[in-house]
Amino acid sequence: MEATTYNYKVVRQFAIMTVVWGIVGMLVGVILAAQLIWPDLTFGIEWLSYGRLRPLHTNAVIFAFGGSAMFAVSYYIVQRTCQVRLWAEKLAAFTFWGWTLVIVLAAITLPLGMTTSKEYAELEWPIDILITVVWVAYALVFFGTIVKRKTKHIYVSNWFFGAYILVIAILHIVNSAELPVTMTKSYSAYAGVQDAMIQWWYGHNAVGFFLTTAFLGMMYYFIPKQAGRPIYSYRLSIVHFWSLNFIYMWAGPHHLQYTALPDWAQSLGMVFSLMLLAPSWGGMMNGIMTLSGAWHKLRTDPILKFMVTALSFYGMSTFEGPMMSIKTVNALSHYTEWTVGHVHSGALGWVAMITIGSMYYLIPRLFGRESMFSTRLIEWHFWLSTIGVVLYIASMWIAGVAQGLMWRAANADGTLTYSFAQVLNTMYPFYGIRLLGGAMFFSGMLIMAYNVWQTTRQGRVVNDAAIPQAVHA
Amino acid sequence: MDSGTLSGIVTVIFIVVFIGIVWWAFSKRNKQRFEDAGKLPFDEDDAPAQKGDKK
Repeated sequence: MEATTYNYKVVRQFAIMTVVWGIVGMLVGVILAAQLIWPDLTFGIEWLSYGRLRPLHTNAVIFAFGGSAMFAVSYYIVQRTCQVRLWAEKLAAFTFWGWTLVIVLAAITLPLGMTTSKEYAELEWPIDILITVVWVAYALVFFGTIVKRKTKHIYVSNWFFGAYILVIAILHIVNSAELPVTMTKSYSAYAGVQDAMIQWWYGHNAVGFFLTTAFLGMMYYFIPKQAGRPIYSYRLSIVHFWSLNFIYMWAGPHHLQYTALPDWAQSLGMVFSLMLLAPSWGGMMNGIMTLSGAWHKLRTDPILKFMVTALSFYGMSTFEGPMMSIKTVNALSHYTEWTVGHVHSGALGWVAMITIGSMYYLIPRLFGRESMFSTRLIEWHFWLSTIGVVLYIASMWIAGVAQGLMWRAANADGTLTYSFAQVLNTMYPFYGIRLLGGAMFFSGMLIMAYNVWQTTRQGRVVNDAAIPQAVHA
Repeated sequence: MDSGTLSGIVTVIFIVVFIGIVWWAFSKRNKQRFEDAGKLPFDEDDAPAQKGDKK
């Protein structure tokens, strides 16, 4: 017999874990920010040293928080816009437990110092294999559900999710090609500048396809739903989809300006990065214009505020990114705190805020309630997050530019004007402001956790959300 | 063929593909189809279900 309800169980599991991993990942971030001010904060315990916690932070926020959010929303949206129950539900359950196991293994191995040393791909080869297996299962469930859809069209969010699943699979397999030496140590299959190029082809597309394409899919569903009107221009979203995916793939070399990478490849990376501005801003405007005629909702609806602020930060960081890829700008910005600020304007401002907004929409529906336990607390969360991000990125801009200028300052005889310690000393006040901003963002997540807990406590688990029976052709 | 010619050809192909996508997305023939697709998130009732597994 054909299923008459959606599978909400796996969505619910991932949605709850999104909040949990968000708190864990951001807490580690706050600790790291404090370590930069007080290096002896963790009493010299090696497992808690900066170098080991830093990959834990990035993996936790990107793959645990962001990853769980993506599993949750993609499973939810693909079912609801295809009007069928998930295909291969046991595989879907496996993706939850498998992905959670990956995260737990990361949380154990990274503090122990087991690492491939590739940024955002630090996990060692046995975990890489597990990731691959989980990801293939994810692809099967997702595309299987698309195949058995009852609707005629495939909604644009699903196109974005499809691209994300496919590209992440390719990136992970190519960049993780490595030669195992022991159970916990392997070496990259590539060497020298080729290794660097493959790493940053991976690294940049992890940003492009994990943190952008996937979350745009989220945006294209939840903003129309929360605003109560279809996307401003569906046709623009199609052009957005193809041009964004096509251009992103080539922008990786901008991470390697002024390195051993051939000059033409550096310039190519810069040109493609500049071109990215067009699809990025097209997509941003498409999302924001969806609210035209419904602007008044922004005054009263903090969920919509989260989503629209997320789009504003998306626009800001996708303007900043291409600018930073210009070689002369990059000569100043690279290796400074400016980069850290840029990343967090995207990661906190865009990814986290669109995720938080979407979760506030999603979680009550998964627990049989009309809305979250407290809208007032969402409002508090919104302002804490927004002010937190602004403090974070503003302090890192100033710190980064100061750092870059001090590093390049030279005396008449060619010696450096400032010593490393002098530059570091200048950073202290900004590190303090950054810690404050990060702590504010983190405390917002704690408010969210309380709100979610109250919502689930007063709600009930929904396993019978009905699939519409009259199929729209 | 030198690399300059090659990149010229590739650039032309990319531009043609891009124009093709824009033409396809905005052609009159596909207008109704994309409007229908855009309404997909609203082709359903998303009120919370009335009964659940546990209180």
